[in-house]
Amino acid sequence: MDCCPSVKNILLLDSEGKRVAVKYFSDEWPTNNSKLAFEKALFAKTLRTNARMEAEIVMFQDNIVVYKFVQDLHFFVTGGDHENELLLAAVLQGFFDAVTLLLRNSVDKREALENLDLIFLCLDEIVDQGIILETDPSVIAGKVAIHSMDGAAPLAEQTISQALATAREHLTRTLLT
Amino acid sequence: MAQPLVKKDDDRDDEAEYSPFLGIEKGAVLQEARVFNDPQLDPRRCSQVITKLLYLLNQGETFTKIEATEVFFAVTKLFQSRDIGLRRMVYLMIKELSPSADEVIIVTSSLMKDMTSKTDMYRANAIRVLCRITDGTLLTQIERYLKQAIVDKNPVVASAALVSGIHLLQTTPEIVKRWSNEVQEAVQSRAALVQFHALALLHQIRQNDRLAVSKLVTSLTRGTVRSPLAQCLLIRYTTQVIREAATTQTGDRPFYDFLESCLRHKAEMVIFEAARAITELNGVTNRELTPAITVLQLFLSSSKPVLRFAAVRTLNKVAMTHPMAVTNCNIDMESLISDQNRSIATLAITTLLKTGNESSVDRLMKQITNFMSDIADEFKIVVVEAIRSLCLKFPLKYRSLMNFLSNILREEGGFEYKKAIVDSIVILIRDIPDAKENGLLHLCEFIEDCEFTYLSTQILHFLGTEGPKTSDPSKYIRYIYNRVHLENATVRAAAVSTLAKFGAMVDALKPRVFVLLRRCLYDGDDEVRDRATLYLNTVGSDGEVIETDKDVKDFLFGSLDIPLANIETSLKNYEPAEQPFDINSVPKEVKTQPLAEKKAPGKMPAGLGAPPSGPPSTVDAYEKLLSSIPEFSDFGKLFKSAAPVELTEAETEYAVNVVKHIFDKHVVFQYNCTNTIPEQLLENVTVIVDASEAEEFAELASKPLRSLPYDSPGQTFVAFEKPEGVPAVGKFSNMLRFIVKEVDPTTGDVEDDGVEDEYQLEDLEVVAADYVMKVGVSNFRNAWESIGPDFERVDEYGLGPRESLAEAVSAVISLLGMQPCEGTEVVANNSRSHTCLLSGVFIGNVKVLVRLQFGIDGPKEVAMKLAVRSEDDNVSDMIHEIVASG
Repeated sequence: MDCCPSVKNILLLDSEGKRVAVKYFSDEWPTNNSKLAFEKALFAKTLRTNARMEAEIVMFQDNIVVYKFVQDLHFFVTGGDHENELLLAAVLQGFFDAVTLLLRNSVDKREALENLDLIFLCLDEIVDQGIILETDPSVIAGKVAIHSMDGAAPLAEQTISQALATAREHLTRTLLT
Repeated sequence: MAQPLVKKDDDRDDEAEYSPFLGIEKGAVLQEARVFNDPQLDPRRCSQVITKLLYLLNQGETFTKIEATEVFFAVTKLFQSRDIGLRRMVYLMIKELSPSADEVIIVTSSLMKDMTSKTDMYRANAIRVLCRITDGTLLTQIERYLKQAIVDKNPVVASAALVSGIHLLQTTPEIVKRWSNEVQEAVQSRAALVQFHALALLHQIRQNDRLAVSKLVTSLTRGTVRSPLAQCLLIRYTTQVIREAATTQTGDRPFYDFLESCLRHKAEMVIFEAARAITELNGVTNRELTPAITVLQLFLSSSKPVLRFAAVRTLNKVAMTHPMAVTNCNIDMESLISDQNRSIATLAITTLLKTGNESSVDRLMKQITNFMSDIADEFKIVVVEAIRSLCLKFPLKYRSLMNFLSNILREEGGFEYKKAIVDSIVILIRDIPDAKENGLLHLCEFIEDCEFTYLSTQILHFLGTEGPKTSDPSKYIRYIYNRVHLENATVRAAAVSTLAKFGAMVDALKPRVFVLLRRCLYDGDDEVRDRATLYLNTVGSDGEVIETDKDVKDFLFGSLDIPLANIETSLKNYEPAEQPFDINSVPKEVKTQPLAEKKAPGKMPAGLGAPPSGPPSTVDAYEKLLSSIPEFSDFGKLFKSAAPVELTEAETEYAVNVVKHIFDKHVVFQYNCTNTIPEQLLENVTVIVDASEAEEFAELASKPLRSLPYDSPGQTFVAFEKPEGVPAVGKFSNMLRFIVKEVDPTTGDVEDDGVEDEYQLEDLEVVAADYVMKVGVSNFRNAWESIGPDFERVDEYGLGPRESLAEAVSAVISLLGMQPCEGTEVVANNSRSHTCLLSGVFIGNVKVLVRLQFGIDGPKEVAMKLAVRSEDDNVSDMIHEIVASG
């Protein structure tokens, strides 16, 4: 535990447990099959829980998994058994809110797949080989959006201000609740 | 050939499985990737193709070596485009492809150009990509840029360089270590995450230098740390410093104030990290715990599941060592039993079971009963285990706990769960005599309707051992015989064996058991019939009721003292012949694994890796081991085996520790030897023991170790005779003697000629405590009263100046080698007096109880009143002698 906090994987699955985008940072799951088995078991275990309002948490195969659902998307962040749970929750929240900003509040599987490049970039900006890069959703979304394509691309200049507006709105919401 | 990324014309509403990647196919996408080679690049199109490629990889598709190389070269062309978004996707793609060394060269110059670009985003990403794919030689070329990047004013660039540094430290530490000045500067950065990454890297660079880490922590705990993440990191490093300092410093714990102040931080993440760190401090006191417990208690009623989980998990751990400290949270904890999140509910339950006292058991059981129906099996197992330990703690409450276990045994459940319950009931029956009859009946009822063959046979076996010893064995017969009618062959065979055991042990039941066994002679299964015939002949002798003789009892109840692996090989080697198979020909010694398969080069278990496969360590195993050696087989019952004592310093050529085995008239020293030199093979290893300072002992026999290869532990034994029943003490000096042969570690060839050599070991003592076995009693007062004051001896002792009361108490406990009862080995902080209760069994099976009363006065002078009760006059005196001479 004396080492740097680390994330073992980040998963974004759909409502049937299929992959939308996943990223593994640990060699605990060396093959694609072992990854799929992990996803399947985790999905089955968490399916019946209510993780739509607040992020939920579960001990799973000697790991800590925090997760959150919205529409037909399931977000998961996995860390070691001795990891600080709240720290993992912060990563999850950062990922979740950044995706919400990038997809302009319509967070569902179809939007996610249509903007899959943004989701990949988002994952790339949150964690680098297990080490947390950034947890602030507006910073993450900002970094991804700046790198986004030209004017015709999904997230253009005006959407950044829109994204920031959503961030502000989000902030007020958290302050009020 | 190319499909548009988004099929706008599809009717999306009707299509449940809409996906822009529907029908995507690797071959087609690889074809599409040809657009990367177009002279006029379309950035948008290229981005889409990269996304598709990434999608394929993400779904678990793999590219062949040729495909990957082709894609890689095509992607490198895209560096020509100035489109920022496309460049970003190119970076991602290169990282995913993880190119080989000769391919890396192709992109190096492009990436190096980006690394020195004016665009921050290019710099940050190029650093991360290049450091991911590069090797040591290239690193020296870009080192200058990385150092600059670490102190770059743009936080994204600085973080990218620092995080890359953390990864590179694993492969090329010597280069990264040169950056410490820059990293040091970055620790002072105003950007929150830069500080976090810099701190992590700096600590890793210096982690082997305790003084430097301590300095780092000291300076940072005084200054300001900006991000919660960095603060968490600092807490971790601080606890590390505390742990290492604790051995040298006394008095107030350094840095505790810092941890305590973190409990008031504004970020919950930091508060929790600090609280957890405090609860995990070595030998944490109640005063130190209190503030941490208080914040965790607040978290228990949070609306966030993550927070509740974190708090209850930590409190659960605290409850194992400091149950009293957690009792304050019991009310909040009880409300968590109905928590939506079953992990939280289970942790709450088990915490309550740990902290509960005798009076709260019944209420708690009622709450758990409601809760059990709606949790998963794996949680139920945790609860069952917690209830088992609770029952062992409060044996008087066995009735309600046993009822609970039998109730849940009747409910639906999987194998693992049922097994946990059955195991628990078996343990309770063994440890709490009053619970036996009740528990056995519950098990009988269970096998009446049990779908698991394994559990049925286990229970039948257990019933056969315990059932005949009860007051009314006949009531179990019906349950057992029912099995013969209703179950599969495996269970039927087990039931026949159990019936035979009842017949052998209970003479009154013999005629009836024989009638039942005879019926089994017509069973459809061979094994069942064979067993019935066998038992009728061994136990029965033509239906006459006679006393079962000892051989038969040994046969029925004795355990097989031959390793199963050995009997298996012997049976395989046996060829059907005139000569019947002789079980005595099976070797009893446990074979050590051959060297070849054990040792893969360069695969030393690091740190906490696999425990060394050494000799068995439990008393049971020791007993088996010793009785398998002919020289020691007539020593009688093993009284006690002490914990191993090291006779060599750590990291010497030969590692030797010794286990003392005490018998009534003998003492056996078991020397566990390990050869740590790959180039040597030791043969004929013995320990020459000089017992001139142990007058009452006479050397009897020794058993040399024939061969001791590298890193494969072996044992050699020396046995001594001593006067019977007397706790003889003495000092022994040891010398390891052996023949050493050279080994070529690469081929494993051994040279023929050996040289005799000796190796001095440390001395070994047999002390009075070796003759006392740690045996606890559940209720000390009852045991004390029942032994009575006939052989009570009371005396007072002055123990002289001591560091603390706790130190004096633990010194006396270890001197006597007895089991502290009712948690009295723990001395409350700052107390001036303490009572400690000990129990044990003295050699010759004499029960001994000790009551120690300690007092301490101003200049740390400790006085002690020692009261001993035992079943034997001499033993009581002996205990006093131990203390007087200690």
